[in-house]
Amino acid sequence: MSTTVTKEQVEERIREALIEFGAEPDQISRDAEFEQLDVDSLDLVELAQISEDEWGVQVKGEDMEGIRTVGQAVDLVAERMS
Amino acid sequence: MTRTPVITGIGAVTPLGVGARTLHERWTAGASGIEDGVAACTEFEPTDHLSTKEVRRSDRFTQLALAAAGEALDDAGWDEPPYDRDRIGSVIGTGIGGIGTLEKQHLTLQEQGAERVSPLAIPLLMANAAAGVLAMRHGLEGQSFGTVSACAASSHSIGMSARLIAYGDADAVVTGGSESTLTPLATAAFRRMEATSPSGISRPFDRRRDGFVMGEGAGILVLEEESKARERGARILGYVRGYGATSDAHHLTAPEPHGHGAARAIELALADARFEPEEVLYVNAHGTSTPLNDRSETEALKAALGEQQAHAVPVSSTKSTIGHLLGAAGAVEAIATLLALRDRVAPPTLNYEEPDEGLDLDYVPDGARPLPNGDSPAIGITNSFGFGGHNAVLCLEAAS
Repeated sequence: MSTTVTKEQVEERIREALIEFGAEPDQISRDAEFEQLDVDSLDLVELAQISEDEWGVQVKGEDMEGIRTVGQAVDLVAERMS
Repeated sequence: MTRTPVITGIGAVTPLGVGARTLHERWTAGASGIEDGVAACTEFEPTDHLSTKEVRRSDRFTQLALAAAGEALDDAGWDEPPYDRDRIGSVIGTGIGGIGTLEKQHLTLQEQGAERVSPLAIPLLMANAAAGVLAMRHGLEGQSFGTVSACAASSHSIGMSARLIAYGDADAVVTGGSESTLTPLATAAFRRMEATSPSGISRPFDRRRDGFVMGEGAGILVLEEESKARERGARILGYVRGYGATSDAHHLTAPEPHGHGAARAIELALADARFEPEEVLYVNAHGTSTPLNDRSETEALKAALGEQQAHAVPVSSTKSTIGHLLGAAGAVEAIATLLALRDRVAPPTLNYEEPDEGLDLDYVPDGARPLPNGDSPAIGITNSFGFGGHNAVLCLEAAS
């Protein structure tokens, strides 16, 4: 499954999730920091859950600890998929 | 120095619509918020009041509380908290809390497994969620907690909030209650215990009453210490003059048949207010439309007010128009009582047609009726009794 999913698709799904969480769509970019998007630790746990649902990627809460930007989250998920 | 709690703002979301005044005006006009045996807040749209994030981060019972609080704070003229933030509390009652979230997450657990349960489940369903989220939203840094005493929960919250102000622990408290239990499990469970009405009609004190109609909603009041409120030029709507609370210590669900505990709570509320029974112009009854409550409450009123005054004072039930809002009932009914006293009108007990033996008070059966006008202060009491044997009574006075 993971071989058919591109990084762009991961980014798009994460973007969708962030909008569901309440982030402003026009503020979401790879460089956007979660803090600026008002995305907090509870949202990141949910993001990890989505990653597992969608792509079977195991991401624990502690893996998210150093993650500050959207791009870092996309890269982490993409890395775990490969 | 005496510290008197005054009411400076009110807000409500009820089956009669959004708004405290909407509740009062529609009830007084004889409208009903009950449809097909259920009293839902059909006019409430969470996104009209809350951001996308706030909606995601809250169970419906918290959403209802936040919307009612928004109205109450606007009503009190608070753009920003007018006192030191750590002198302002948030005390919100609920019977059950976020049972809608609990039911949905339990279904997820069973159908999809433990890994799919939402990390938001606990913070949404906890019974103190409304109090905590309200404090966060408005930056209230004083005491905040939930009160949990079934259908007496928000009378306890208002009573305790008045005490926080009187004792000096707070200069203001945003208080009241919220409930949202129109869910499959709660509906089935109330039905199985034969608490809810098979006919789907709320007719308190009527001979044919057969149980309560489930409702949802929220009522929020802003209480402030009187001298501070006057100093900032606040408009004062009324006063929490007295609070009395007791326990039946009798049965898990049934009231003590003679209403001894309820009567004692009424007496304590009047004593706390330093009012005589004869000064009470209006009684907002708990009046659930269950066979047991309406009988024991009638006895309690006779015992506490005396036979003569109990027969003289108009007694009506808000539950005849919006059903039973459980943990929100006390606060919503306190608001209804305050506005009734302000307008000197007794709103009616809807659907009351056939008297029952021994239930012989003036239940205001035929439409709203004027209360005595004149120089006497507009004083009323509002009763709340909960499963578990909890009795809480508030004595309110509308500002003249």
